[in-house]
Amino acid sequence: MSNLTLAARNSSTMLRRNLLHARRYPSLTLNLLLTPVMLLLLFVYVFGDTISAGIGGAPDRSAYIAYLVPGLLLMTIGSTTIGTAVSVSNDMSEGIIARFRTMPIHRGSVLTGHVVGSVLQSVISVILVGAVAAAIGFRSTDATPVEWLAALGLLVLFTLALTWIAVGMGLISPNAEAASNNALPLIFLPLISSTFVPIDAMPGWFQPIAEYQPFTPAIETLRGLLLGTAIGHNGWLALAWCLALTVLGYAWATSKFNSQGK
Amino acid sequence: MPSSVMPTTNSGTGPRASAAVTALGLRKSYGDKTVLDGIDLRIPAGSVFALLGPNGAGKTTTVKILSTLVSADGGQAQVAGHDLAADPQAVRAAIGVTGQFSAVDGLITGEENMLLMADLHLIPRPAGRRIAAELLERFGLTDAAKKPAATYSGGMKRRLDIAMTLVGSPRIIFLDEPTTGLDPRSRHTMWQIIRELVTGGVTVLLTTQYLEEADQLADRIAVLHHGTLAAEGTAEELKRLVPGGHVRLRFTHPDTYRDAATALPHSTRDDDALTLRAPSDGSQRDLRALLDRLDTAGLQADHLTVHTPDLDDVFLALTGDTTTPTPTTRPHQPDQSKETAR
Repeated sequence: MSNLTLAARNSSTMLRRNLLHARRYPSLTLNLLLTPVMLLLLFVYVFGDTISAGIGGAPDRSAYIAYLVPGLLLMTIGSTTIGTAVSVSNDMSEGIIARFRTMPIHRGSVLTGHVVGSVLQSVISVILVGAVAAAIGFRSTDATPVEWLAALGLLVLFTLALTWIAVGMGLISPNAEAASNNALPLIFLPLISSTFVPIDAMPGWFQPIAEYQPFTPAIETLRGLLLGTAIGHNGWLALAWCLALTVLGYAWATSKFNSQGK
Repeated sequence: MPSSVMPTTNSGTGPRASAAVTALGLRKSYGDKTVLDGIDLRIPAGSVFALLGPNGAGKTTTVKILSTLVSADGGQAQVAGHDLAADPQAVRAAIGVTGQFSAVDGLITGEENMLLMADLHLIPRPAGRRIAAELLERFGLTDAAKKPAATYSGGMKRRLDIAMTLVGSPRIIFLDEPTTGLDPRSRHTMWQIIRELVTGGVTVLLTTQYLEEADQLADRIAVLHHGTLAAEGTAEELKRLVPGGHVRLRFTHPDTYRDAATALPHSTRDDDALTLRAPSDGSQRDLRALLDRLDTAGLQADHLTVHTPDLDDVFLALTGDTTTPTPTTRPHQPDQSKETAR
């Protein structure tokens, strides 16, 4: 049997194991979903009028919903991947991982199973948050099917990148608490991006930080695809961030996993 | 190494039976702490080999190295004919490992754990289901098969652990302290399981802190101490190294005590405690001879205890190390080498 076939069969077994965990213990995933949903409702119904007045001139709630949703969808991904870090950290403390290491299986399949499982969970989470957004009035303005597809592709790529980083964070964390602390940037970064207010509404010294961190280019690109705003160089930036973080996270996580227990 | 110790090289110089495991000069350090300092092993195929030693002697590290979990700093080893360093994947295909801490997935059921193993061994679904069901039945887990493994008792987890190890039909099985933490009943069940494994022709390397366990199960025993092999041999050979088998007789009357001391001239006297220590190997024949001599003299001891060599004695004899942690640190593990009769 070729190495690739072995990798595929073992990885799909590991994926099934992780999905079984997620299905049997959904509370972690659901809890993490609450953050973006609460923020969506809070910023629309509580702060919405004030903020939209501040950035747009006249209070316009529906325009602000449209502004918020792309950022919150990406925040959902960040939030879900905290769960990835926690579950990877939990998993590594289990004896079964040592058993896997003594079995004639494809080494990488343990992590691949986690990553694919986590990406699937993120996609479901994004759909759920998207459904809430649609329910309170979010509508895309004439996005073409190609643009929808590109938006979906961006979300998946972004998820993949954050998930590999989160797997690495999970691997360096001695326990679940540490993992959830280490993964905090994944939920903190979207707060200092263009999710809630435009970059040029922020203090000048802060703008470069907010503008070039991984979330803002992805948010601006998603906004452009769904709402027709200008994307500019953000598309390339988002793509570059996704690729760089995926490669970095993959290399980091794999080397951590392989060196553990030595 | 004290001079009283037997040579650690393998005595089998005759026709060499095929070896399941051979190791030469295995070394491992963590930081500046040397855990293994040159271990040589030769385990014949189809035998049970016990690594006996206290916590921290290097037992688990040896198992981790031989099962490809960690790499040795020095030395070399072949497992099932494959070099550990050159072809770890071939070694993994031949072995099964049950560690000290149960290697089951607590979040899923026992049956799901078994099917997970079958899937990872690329066993086709129907065959996997059949193997899982058979093993669960064999280890008395059929009733608990649909419950999450986290809800299992210690003994059940350990049985599930071994059942999972057997899914891949390993030729060599490593059992790292298979009975540590188990109650006496589960411990005996585990012994029974290990004996049955061997009748199936597999080679077993087990580690234990208890001489009695090694005695019960193993064909050969290696005593590990501070990362080196202090001795290797059969249980009988090891016990012969150990002095200290004796019968303690306590008396209340000084007169009886004095007469008994005369009747048993080889015994050691403790005049203050009115206690005699008569050398004995603890066998029935030996005890009967001793009691006969007391009966002939018309004497009766008030209290009689038989002491057979235990791990303490083995360690004292082999290493002179009195700081060795002993099994008595485990309260639920009664010292079974002493039997008291009144």
